[in-house]
Amino acid sequence: MSLALPNETLLDRSAAGRPFRRSLLQRVLSFCVREPMGTLGLVLVLAMLIAGLGADWIAPYNPTSNDFTAMTEPPSWAHPLGTDQFGRDLLSRIVFGARTAIIVGFTCAIVGGVVGLVLGVASAYFGGGVDMLFQRVLDVMMAFPLIIMALAVVAIFGTGVQNVIIAITIPLIPRCARVVRSSALSIREVPYIDAARTCGLGHARIILRHMVPNVMAPFLILLTAFVGQAILAEASLSYLGLGVQEPVPAWGLMLQGGAEEYASTAPWIAIFPGLAIALTVFGISLFGDALRDALDPKLRDR
Amino acid sequence: MYRYIVNRLLLAVPTLVGAAALVFLLMRLIPGDICLVRLSGGGSVDADALAACHADLGMDRSVLLQFLSFLGGFATFDFGTSMWSGKPVSYEILTRLPISLEIAVLATVVAIAIAIPLGTLSALRQNTWTDFVIRTVAIAGIATPSFWLGIIALIIVLDVTSAVSGTPWMPPIDYVPLWQDPVRNLSMAILPALTVGYRYSAVTMRMTRSAMLEVLREDYIRTARAKGLVHRLIINRHALKNALLPVVTLIGIEFAFLIGGLVVTEQVFNLNGIGRLFVQAVQNQDYTLTQALVMLVVAVFVLTNLVVDILYAWLDPRIRYA
Repeated sequence: MSLALPNETLLDRSAAGRPFRRSLLQRVLSFCVREPMGTLGLVLVLAMLIAGLGADWIAPYNPTSNDFTAMTEPPSWAHPLGTDQFGRDLLSRIVFGARTAIIVGFTCAIVGGVVGLVLGVASAYFGGGVDMLFQRVLDVMMAFPLIIMALAVVAIFGTGVQNVIIAITIPLIPRCARVVRSSALSIREVPYIDAARTCGLGHARIILRHMVPNVMAPFLILLTAFVGQAILAEASLSYLGLGVQEPVPAWGLMLQGGAEEYASTAPWIAIFPGLAIALTVFGISLFGDALRDALDPKLRDR
Repeated sequence: MYRYIVNRLLLAVPTLVGAAALVFLLMRLIPGDICLVRLSGGGSVDADALAACHADLGMDRSVLLQFLSFLGGFATFDFGTSMWSGKPVSYEILTRLPISLEIAVLATVVAIAIAIPLGTLSALRQNTWTDFVIRTVAIAGIATPSFWLGIIALIIVLDVTSAVSGTPWMPPIDYVPLWQDPVRNLSMAILPALTVGYRYSAVTMRMTRSAMLEVLREDYIRTARAKGLVHRLIINRHALKNALLPVVTLIGIEFAFLIGGLVVTEQVFNLNGIGRLFVQAVQNQDYTLTQALVMLVVAVFVLTNLVVDILYAWLDPRIRYA
């Protein structure tokens, strides 16, 4: 990005004798100006993060307490999004569901992403037979669609938040490793890797300090996509009754209970939790697209 | 070309064997002894019954032998019997396959019919309002869970039919072959096909757009323009033909992933397909059925990839001779 600066700025900088660096706020502001859709995405993601992290203060009711005097009530001032068949306030459940989605989405994306990152870069770095073998293993892992692999893992370890996280993280690892490996392959040929090796640095240090930072752009783009995929996968598993279990509030789970039974009499039970999932993943995707344009100008206009 | 096909075939075999090994290992990670779980319903477990059960499942043999017989079973299409229903796994799968296959094919048709025209239009009108709207529709398609879309579609159908005719109508849930009662068959399959097809089309649309944008910058497009070729011909004959290559690959890969999407969608529409069977198998801890279904999905994935690669080589000589 700094390469695109006008010449005067470059001259100014050398004249002042201090490195030119934009503050985080400046960077964020320039991102918002250039990527309005990405900003909309960012706003949606932030709203979801605030809802999830501050659920205890935001939610007007206890998400798990039943109120049998107010069952399947339509949206009103008392219950802005209505209540479900047990009289639980939908807004409160959605706000607490955001917390579950954040925990699952971010844990899966970060753990799966980081493991995939290290494996992918290491495979590209070592090359040869190691890389060949690793590629074949990836081929096998990638042959399992995400949700199928997750279901198979759930079949073994059982349901619950922790097992859902394991089930979604495992299939994300090869998907990350494959993308990272292909970008790392070109970096391996760059002279500074040879230089680092000549200096006698160890494999681990070269991989972690010299190669990993250089695949950060594709990695971050991938990571945002993973958060969305993990949230969708968690919602699907929970909807099937094979994910997060009651009484933990989760968006997919809210669609499982009464959504279909009450489809005609109380459609809000089905509409709002799904809207929460769709808006969140929509926001993440918009943000991810903008991030791709900002981090990787080569891909712009594609 | 033949050499390429043979090479590609040989590459598919280790993937399938590797996947079988992974499934085999996963199923042995299950905590506890399957036989113990099955027999302990009555409280104490008889040692003879346990040994008989082990022998029955072949668990008294070495792990390697077990794996080889597991592989042999798949090679000869003998998947054993379902631990839940007691019927052969192949019977369970074959009775459920037509419904899922029909929805998958219909969804693919829906996806292609939406994605290719809209993706092309989006690329041709890059950075205009048309492009902007199409891209937003595509991102929304990726973000919306297909099961929720299915529920909303059902609510709308219910409301509209009860408003129009007074009696609410729901799509039928039992499978009738297309040739017996086409109306009933299609009214069952069309909603799930549309909801799954929308997500599928969103992915394909984005791919079509980016491939088209790339091709439109190529020199031969400029040459075609320079020699005064009609715009429509440039787009249809020169640009689209080349831009569709990566799209074909994506459609193939997504077709295999469609089965994953069906797992959830069939649940929404109460359809007795492969996806529903899979969920039931997991819920009932029916491991023989689960492993057969996982292998089925993997095999579909590997085979569609194979077909796509061969198709790709046939369409694009650069791959064949590389």
